[in-house]
Amino acid sequence: MKYIDEYRDRKLAKELSEQISIQATRPMSFMEVCGGHTMAIHKFGLPSLLPAQVKLLSGPGCPVCVTSQQFVDKAVEYSRMDDVIVCSYGDLLRVPGSDSSLLQQKANGADVRIVYSVVEALAVAEANRSKKIIFLGIGFETTTPMSAAGILKAEEQQLKNFFLLSSHKVMPPAMAALIDEGVAIDGYVAPGHVSTVTGTSIYTAIASNFGKAVVISGFEPVDILQSILMLVRQVNANKPKVEIQYTRVVQPQGNMKAREMVNNVFEPCDDWWRGLGVLPLSGLRLKDKYKSFDAEINIPVSVKPSSEPKGCICGEILRGQKIPPDCKLFGTACNPVSPIGACMVSGEGACAAYYLYGNE
Amino acid sequence: MLHIIYMEMNKSTILLGHGSGGKLSHELIASVFLKHFNNEPLMRSTDSALLHIDCNDIVFTTDGYVVDPVFFPGGNIGKLAVCGTVNDIAVTGAQPLYLSASFIIEEGFAFDRLEEIVVSMAAEAKKAGVLIVTGDTKVVNKGKCDKIFITTSGVGVLDKKFKHIAGAGECRPGDKIIVNGSLGNHGMAVMSSREQLHYHTPVESDCGSLYSLIRAVTEEVPVSFMRDATRGGLATVLVELCGMTKLGISLDEEHIPIDDSVRGICEVFGFDPLYVANEGKVVMVVPAAYSTKAVQIMQSMAEGKDAAVIGEITGTEKPRVILNTVVGGKRIMDMLAGEQLPRIC
Repeated sequence: MKYIDEYRDRKLAKELSEQISIQATRPMSFMEVCGGHTMAIHKFGLPSLLPAQVKLLSGPGCPVCVTSQQFVDKAVEYSRMDDVIVCSYGDLLRVPGSDSSLLQQKANGADVRIVYSVVEALAVAEANRSKKIIFLGIGFETTTPMSAAGILKAEEQQLKNFFLLSSHKVMPPAMAALIDEGVAIDGYVAPGHVSTVTGTSIYTAIASNFGKAVVISGFEPVDILQSILMLVRQVNANKPKVEIQYTRVVQPQGNMKAREMVNNVFEPCDDWWRGLGVLPLSGLRLKDKYKSFDAEINIPVSVKPSSEPKGCICGEILRGQKIPPDCKLFGTACNPVSPIGACMVSGEGACAAYYLYGNE
Repeated sequence: MLHIIYMEMNKSTILLGHGSGGKLSHELIASVFLKHFNNEPLMRSTDSALLHIDCNDIVFTTDGYVVDPVFFPGGNIGKLAVCGTVNDIAVTGAQPLYLSASFIIEEGFAFDRLEEIVVSMAAEAKKAGVLIVTGDTKVVNKGKCDKIFITTSGVGVLDKKFKHIAGAGECRPGDKIIVNGSLGNHGMAVMSSREQLHYHTPVESDCGSLYSLIRAVTEEVPVSFMRDATRGGLATVLVELCGMTKLGISLDEEHIPIDDSVRGICEVFGFDPLYVANEGKVVMVVPAAYSTKAVQIMQSMAEGKDAAVIGEITGTEKPRVILNTVVGGKRIMDMLAGEQLPRIC
């Protein structure tokens, strides 16, 4: 299949893997901070193609995983209201809140709908004017522009029954916080689609101030292997910088229009990340002029504060200090059917990827 | 005149009365079920079908069908209900003979749609050489079921020489694993149809009877194991096989047939096609010396034209499924924990 097979070429993958083995002359660790990368790495068995001295760690890049339990609890509370339809991306449904999940609520008869984009949620709002439609906005720079576009569209269409519950987050504060906490990595496999929107500037400080290599990578196995080779070369040269491997999609300046849209609709706020706690200015909330679309303001619900589950080491996993099999709960009490920790809840979490695609 | 209008209304949709056991029920049975299923044991209209089977080993299976949407590209709930049960019988090595069909219909369901379903059931039964000899119809209030649910049960006769197939007891290291064609078509066709997703290349369900294909292979090849890869897909069948045999499996991703259209949709939504449902795919284990022959036989038939050897049974050391990925990596393949949900980004 065109645009797929080229990037899954076995011969090319072998050559890249051999070059990584030859050029990585000392132990090196790199962290991917996008759930899409975590999944691709495990789905294609990439760890088995890397030499023992090159380790990959999974950072806080899965939007579902880092979303707070409090957010899920609020969504569950909304789903219990008779006049509310909750619209959500699919993989958020299974995430457990304190006493229920959206999937459970759906089974109990709540009107919870899986949508593929905010446009569908707007259509639901249009078709159900007597109901309140709450769209669960989660994700990083990749999904935020869509939510922003949704708000602008709702305003244009004067949809007074459309509301956003925002847990949108931005990536750089988390990447910086990890280094601040002393995570032992040599560089980042930086998120390709986040960078499509942001461009390269958000990583400049990570390279220049923190001395970490950064390569913005695509999501196919050959992309990831090439990015790892580029990281190895940066480490060998001891010249950390921001490079783009994913040149067919990412431009250094990013997508100005998408960023403008986000800046117009959202403003930064402190936000809570599962496994990392509160990170200053790492979240996004609706600006005052769009408050009429803010679910939390217009349909207030109260839920208990979030806490990390006992025995779970997701925090250490997200900080790259441990890997999923190090956890006592992994694969026993905590599994994809009844996840306990953040990294098991979504298919893109590190623990779920390890569980499903355990590498040889 | 009024009488005519009343009859016309009766004809247009299914009413609660069609399941009451009275005149409307009889009219429905005669004008739809008996008309199309038309066979001697059924026409006797006895409470139970009277059958004669000369065989000591009988296989017996049942399955409920609740697919949404009821009509999808490549089939409908009726075709599925016949093929699914025929296939469950056929993969044990048995010859399917008789089916029952039980209908739960939501009132208001269109009469002509029901007939369309029944016609396709009759056609599939004919193709597979089975008779639908008994049945039941219930009509429930609006909202109490989703349009129509069908349960089919089936009986087949099993030749002694195939008794080992279902239990996988004769699988040996070195045996080859074969699949009869592209995976994931049914799951993606139904999902696309349900979500009203439109593509340039529409995906059709592979829903179809496997009996002819299986019989053609088993006549010439000593098959060690068979199972149809339905819900849970290929991956689930192979993980189950590992559990049964305590033998490992090595699978080559590059040889697994998957249509480009299915691959494309799976890429977009973040699904793994190896876990997506099929309704016309059999996973077969055969001794290595017979693998080419088995594939050739399959490829000579429409339902097996893309058949391929996709892997082999390995030793007892690590009884798990190892997938050799397209890029040359290795990973363990396990069962899916829940249903696959589309990812965020």
